[in-house]
Amino acid sequence: MRAAPFAYLRPNSLEEVFAALAQFGDEAQLLAGGQSLMPAMALRMARPGVLVDISRLGELRGIALEADALVFGAGTTYSQALRSPLVAEHAPLLALAIPHIAHEAVRSRGTLGGSLANADPASEMPACMLALGAQVVLRSAEGERAVPMEEFALGTYTTAIEPGEILAAIRVPLPETARRTRFREIARRSGDYAMAGAALVSDEAGEARFVLFAVSDRPILVSGAPNLDAVLAGIDTEVEFFPDNHAGIATKRHLAGVLARDLLSRSALKEAA
Amino acid sequence: MNDMTRPIGRAMPRAAARRHAAGRGRFVDDIAPAGCLHVAFLRSPHAHARILSIDLTAALDLPGVVDAFDGPACAELCKPWIGTLDHFPGLRSPEQHALAVGVARWSGEPVAAVVATSRAIAEDALDLIEAEFEELPAVTDIEAALDPEGVRIHENYDSNLAFRLDLNAGEPDAAFAGAAAIVERSFRFNRQTGVTLEPRSLLADFQPGTGELTVHHSTQTPYQMHDVYSRHFGIPEERVRVVAPDVGGSFGLKLHVYGEEMATVAASIRLGCPVKFIADRYESFLTDIHLRDHRVRARMAVAADGEILAMEVDDATGIGPFSVYPRTSAVEGNQAIRLMGAPYRMQSYKGTLSVLFQNKAPTCQYRAVGHPIACMATEALVDAAAGALGLDPLDIRRRNVVPDDAYPYRTANGYMLEGLSHQACLEKLAALMDYDALRRDQAEARARGVHRGIGLAVFVEITNPGPAFYGVGGARISAQDGCTVKLEPSGAFSIAISITEQGQGTEAIAAQIAADRLGVSPERISVVSGDTRTTPYGGATWASRGAGIGGVAVMKAAEAMRANLLDLAGTILQASPEALDIREGVIVDAETGTERMSLAELGRILYFRPDTLPPGTHPLLTVSGHHVPQGYPFAFTNGIQASHVEVDPDTGLVKLLGHWVVEDCGTIINPLLVDEQIRGGVVHGIGGALFEECNYSPEGQLLSTTLADYLVPLASEMPDIRIAHVATPTKTSPLGAKGVGEAGTAASGAALLNAVNDALSPFGAVLAETPLSPERVLRALGKV
Repeated sequence: MRAAPFAYLRPNSLEEVFAALAQFGDEAQLLAGGQSLMPAMALRMARPGVLVDISRLGELRGIALEADALVFGAGTTYSQALRSPLVAEHAPLLALAIPHIAHEAVRSRGTLGGSLANADPASEMPACMLALGAQVVLRSAEGERAVPMEEFALGTYTTAIEPGEILAAIRVPLPETARRTRFREIARRSGDYAMAGAALVSDEAGEARFVLFAVSDRPILVSGAPNLDAVLAGIDTEVEFFPDNHAGIATKRHLAGVLARDLLSRSALKEAA
Repeated sequence: MNDMTRPIGRAMPRAAARRHAAGRGRFVDDIAPAGCLHVAFLRSPHAHARILSIDLTAALDLPGVVDAFDGPACAELCKPWIGTLDHFPGLRSPEQHALAVGVARWSGEPVAAVVATSRAIAEDALDLIEAEFEELPAVTDIEAALDPEGVRIHENYDSNLAFRLDLNAGEPDAAFAGAAAIVERSFRFNRQTGVTLEPRSLLADFQPGTGELTVHHSTQTPYQMHDVYSRHFGIPEERVRVVAPDVGGSFGLKLHVYGEEMATVAASIRLGCPVKFIADRYESFLTDIHLRDHRVRARMAVAADGEILAMEVDDATGIGPFSVYPRTSAVEGNQAIRLMGAPYRMQSYKGTLSVLFQNKAPTCQYRAVGHPIACMATEALVDAAAGALGLDPLDIRRRNVVPDDAYPYRTANGYMLEGLSHQACLEKLAALMDYDALRRDQAEARARGVHRGIGLAVFVEITNPGPAFYGVGGARISAQDGCTVKLEPSGAFSIAISITEQGQGTEAIAAQIAADRLGVSPERISVVSGDTRTTPYGGATWASRGAGIGGVAVMKAAEAMRANLLDLAGTILQASPEALDIREGVIVDAETGTERMSLAELGRILYFRPDTLPPGTHPLLTVSGHHVPQGYPFAFTNGIQASHVEVDPDTGLVKLLGHWVVEDCGTIINPLLVDEQIRGGVVHGIGGALFEECNYSPEGQLLSTTLADYLVPLASEMPDIRIAHVATPTKTSPLGAKGVGEAGTAASGAALLNAVNDALSPFGAVLAETPLSPERVLRALGKV
């Protein structure tokens, strides 16, 4: 199929983006890496009236180390993040997860901000950012606000982004003590959407965040980590499982348990990066 | 034939590979004549629905739209077709139209066409068509289709049965009554589809001035389609031309008649303009033929010593709402039910085949037609029998394969096997894979809690089909093939062949065969194929017949040309033709090898100075050869495959550790291409057994319509595939070559299924449904 007709704008600044969003309202659709949006448009499942291309905006680029956080411009591509020494040092979870995202061609165009804003429940980045306790920086003509990941992903393809707002940056807090991370996803072929996935971040103080993805309508922070039994209990009571083409609810639930046992076993916690 | 200096038997890459790697392929979509229009189709949103009205007015008003028409309008130009053949007695299927008339019978069936100056505009116009449907109850499940009280898809038929076949050989009842063990399985093989890199593509160009229709078509069978276009559009055969340019994969899906293609031709005739249809991936999933939708109940009786006494098989297969034209949708089930147990001495058999209509996309012939079904059912039962008797899987096969000295041999189901080599292949495989070492590794790994499995699958494969395949049933599908050889003045040759190229190397092996007989290097042979106006008429490439049949036509033409050239050289050189030979482009003294004259010199004389020839010499410098198999209806090949896997009982994931094939396709023309055909075929079979599934909702909506949902095998998951050969040249052909294109696909899935079940045997888990998804593995393990 070919995309339905649409207009195309490439603003040169965030100010121009806000103006475009104000002018076209619901008709406008931001284009970042386009790795989800373009196929959806080609299938005519997405039919934006005006495509606002933010992929070349310098204001959305770059990975910066601030005093209390590692800050990603929303336009940072997966490949850029994967190659970044700052990521390797301060957010190695992302370096563990990114190789699981589709294939090289997709990773070189797809962006962190795009993944979060798209809010596909099977995506790796929202889960990792939730595990890392990240905040999403939303900017509009009126100013900016920071939303914790827990409040950002609201459901399948649904986020806390309000009309007129743009996801501008992601702030990953720097840990006070050394952080260990683990990541695993279960997929039928390399590069496929996971049937189930999990990310784990733990610190030396014994705090841990265990996040499941590709099992529900959003990434789920399961309570009780690093205690395995508590997490298994949490999986039973806190997660509303959603089926997909490759795994029904029972399979998703089973795989969630497999991931928890794997990531939270004593030896695994010791081995974590 | 193993002379390494001769072109036959030499491993050579095909010349076209370099051109394609450089991005210089020329596919249908690369052909863009001035004024070319594009077509898009409105499709039934329902699996079964009455078409109440289709209003094209708003679509026709959209700027850029040139034409729009529905089923009845299309039928004014294009005669409907019926997908039955006489050699399947009782097979029935109603008239099928290019665009549905009255009732739509699968979700995605085309119901109207829009022609516009671009495909995008045509798709925009589809949104403006006002179509009203009355949804009817759909039959999607095979068991539901069997239900005599259930919904009928065709009002005039008393049931959804398209074809039924009952086979009975030997004394199956007595065999089961006297068996030491009886093993039984209920299999479910879920629908797949073919996924060619290049989708179905067509450029129809009707010239009103001359009444001539030229179709550039991504097809395996240009001659068949030439005939179809001529008859269904009432255009004299000599006014039709079908050209297959580069074809990006076919696997059987590009030899059937599809409504979209016929409607595109109708559009070109309506408008007198070139009209192009390039299927996109979405409509490929919806309307390309699907395949292998079978529910098989099978059991096997074995004696205490492991002898397979009998099989009893009940196969019900869903083919969609129509039997596909012109080859029918009965062939897959027919071959599946007849190939059960074919490698083994077993002489008692009872088989029932039910071919059923259902409201899903039509199914039809695809690479290794029916073979994977027969092979998976048979080989799974052989493993089950081995388990029941405490025999090793390799051992039970040793005890049961038809011995190599027993040929010719007639199988329980009546197939005549000319000369196979199961025993030799089996022993070669055991050595190639080091079977005993893998068994030791398996035991050692199990002790560590790692679950590895080894699966074997013996197979026979139907190749080189003669007229018994389609012609006797009334199909205008040629069983013979032809080749024309032309001497060029430089001493090079050009050949025109009726077998066709879809990336497998048909042209390369044709050049090798011609070069072998003409005494030149293959580089000096240029090849034309895929154009019904410039090549001899033939059956083309399908059913593993290109090399075995078309190759002999090339051989015959080249030998005739060689005889002519030696005659003429003898005349010029005052030598007896028998005393001369052609080697490396030079006419030599056959005994001493002394150069007498080059082919270039001969060509110069023959074309530019024929005045120097003796009076009355009229050289024939373009000659043809044709070939059709006679005697045996098919040339069967055989082989054995082995799969080595590791199954994760927690996740249900299957990791492929290794795959081995020993195969016997007779004379090998090009070992490189033969091995790549086998590798590609193995991957195809693995795809079907492990990943690929056309997933429908109960209402008949196809859910897997993208390559993110329909999982094709990727290189990243494939194991190393090691291949060895046993060569038993077929005596049915002077070339000795049998087909090889489907051998890999026939048995790789069966080997994989057996390997997975072997890995899971400590848990008592048995899988009998493909693809072997993690969910099905976990279900078999009782974990979900």
